[in-house]
Amino acid sequence: MRARAGEVVVFGLIVAGLLGILGGLVLTVGALGNPERVTLVVVAQLATVLIVLFTLLAIVVLTLVWLERKQLARMQSRVGPTRVGPFGLLQPVADAIKLLMKEDVAPATSSKLLFFVAPLLVFVPAFVVWLTIPFARDVVVRSLDMGLFFFIAVSVLSIVGLVLAGWSSGSKYAVLGGIRAAAQLISYEIPIIMTVLTVAMLADSMSFVVVVEAQRTVPFIVLQPLGFIVFFVAGLAEVGRTPFDVYSAESEIVGGPFVEYSGAHWAIFFLAEYVNTFVIGAVAALLFLGGWSWPFGDLPAAAGVALFLGKTYLVVMMIFWVRATYPRLRIDQLMSLGWKVLIPLSFAVVVATAVQLFYDWPRWTLPVMSLAVLAVPVVMQLRMGRRRALAEARRYAERAVVVEAQPRPQRPQEAGA
Amino acid sequence: MGLAFFYIAGAVTLFGAIGVVVTRNVVYAALFLLVSLAGVAGTFVLLYAEFLALVQVLIYGGAIIIVILFGLMLTRTSEYEASGEHRRWPLAALVSIGLFALLAYAFLADSALYNSSTREAISVEELGRELFEQWAVPFEIASIVLIVALIGAVVIGRASPEEDEPEPGPGSAPR
Repeated sequence: MRARAGEVVVFGLIVAGLLGILGGLVLTVGALGNPERVTLVVVAQLATVLIVLFTLLAIVVLTLVWLERKQLARMQSRVGPTRVGPFGLLQPVADAIKLLMKEDVAPATSSKLLFFVAPLLVFVPAFVVWLTIPFARDVVVRSLDMGLFFFIAVSVLSIVGLVLAGWSSGSKYAVLGGIRAAAQLISYEIPIIMTVLTVAMLADSMSFVVVVEAQRTVPFIVLQPLGFIVFFVAGLAEVGRTPFDVYSAESEIVGGPFVEYSGAHWAIFFLAEYVNTFVIGAVAALLFLGGWSWPFGDLPAAAGVALFLGKTYLVVMMIFWVRATYPRLRIDQLMSLGWKVLIPLSFAVVVATAVQLFYDWPRWTLPVMSLAVLAVPVVMQLRMGRRRALAEARRYAERAVVVEAQPRPQRPQEAGA
Repeated sequence: MGLAFFYIAGAVTLFGAIGVVVTRNVVYAALFLLVSLAGVAGTFVLLYAEFLALVQVLIYGGAIIIVILFGLMLTRTSEYEASGEHRRWPLAALVSIGLFALLAYAFLADSALYNSSTREAISVEELGRELFEQWAVPFEIASIVLIVALIGAVVIGRASPEEDEPEPGPGSAPR
């Protein structure tokens, strides 16, 4: 009976936590810009929109899972899921049902409340960002003047969730994963912020709508190719996709912060990962690929939404492509890539853009400068890569325990033959 | 309605702040700090300081709380289990009450400043202009302070080359 009451209290606190996080963020979205005009009606509207968005996102995630599995399969000469539904389209649904039916276990050493609140802290920010992302000029729930900044500020919150998930599991691997997640995600947040800042400078605004309108003739990927590359790589690391999935590396720390989670709570992490991937795709499409606009004149809203979604899926498929291509980095390689390559490059991008804007140089100088900056690490890598690889090989050779080659004992069959 | 939200934000801030002091577990304390800072961010939103609110979420909610948690996870938190019991708590209470009284006095004395009804959102553009034209020197000084702190952290955090060697005996010269 006593344990029962404790469970009820914990459950109540979890629901309160969800409502608190969600409600706080929704209230903030509603209140930004006009705090005195926030009424219960506005909040109720936002809540309704949120439910619709949740349903849409759940569908998007299911298609993304299917797309990823099919694409990976094609790239590895397999066929991928085929059994459930046409072309295996219903496979993710079956997986979701399986996950929800599973028992939800919390380890005895975990601190229960945090263990169950942490997935929410990861998921809710990923999802609230969608309130501010425009699909076309007027197809947006809440267009903020500081949309770019809101995206950055809210997405940072999910790092706290990952760290807490690691700590509250009460397992060594999970704690290691949590520490890795904190180090990795904070490091890669800096290049993202700097490249987003570049876009804000180019468009002279921090509103997604204005940024897209500024790309009517020339998308920013043409003006600032290096910015897009830095944003894409850092974005990959930010959502923990494969070359950068160091904090949940199955073969090293058996899944990191997620190791103790099962059933529905693991499904929430899974959902959050795919929603975040889609967010990175959408933001890359808005900031660098021109969102719903294209160079050949205006499009009707529906076509604009389709174009925007097409660009988003393009980026997302690039993310899957990278996953099929590259092996996972080591943690030290990850940190040195972040701090020694991406952060300096992102600062160079900001400086180059500032110089071009301040001295009012012609626009074509910007891509030229951008590519010139990109050439620096490439040349350095080409010149140093060989030398470093040779030095490393020599070190390995010195440390290696030399085993004398033994003549292979012949098996009876071979001897008989 | 705005007033109701103000009370909600204030209640959240106070709840978090009290939680930080009351709880025995340092990780919970860090979390309560996050709740409290989120409440402050809400207050900023209500004061039309959107940029400040988002900065609050980004810097305090994100970076600082994560760094605190990072530190707690790397240290042996079990040693701080009893950190709620220390003998000098009356002094701490005195200091915080004094600070509160000072702030309350300051706000009440200048209450005319905070009561203006013509409050409007300040755009990021205005904020940037003000920051880099009117307040450029303080801004640069703040940047230098941060850079010094950053370099200091690198110097302290960097493993000294002698670290692998055995500890110097009592007779050796201080490094």
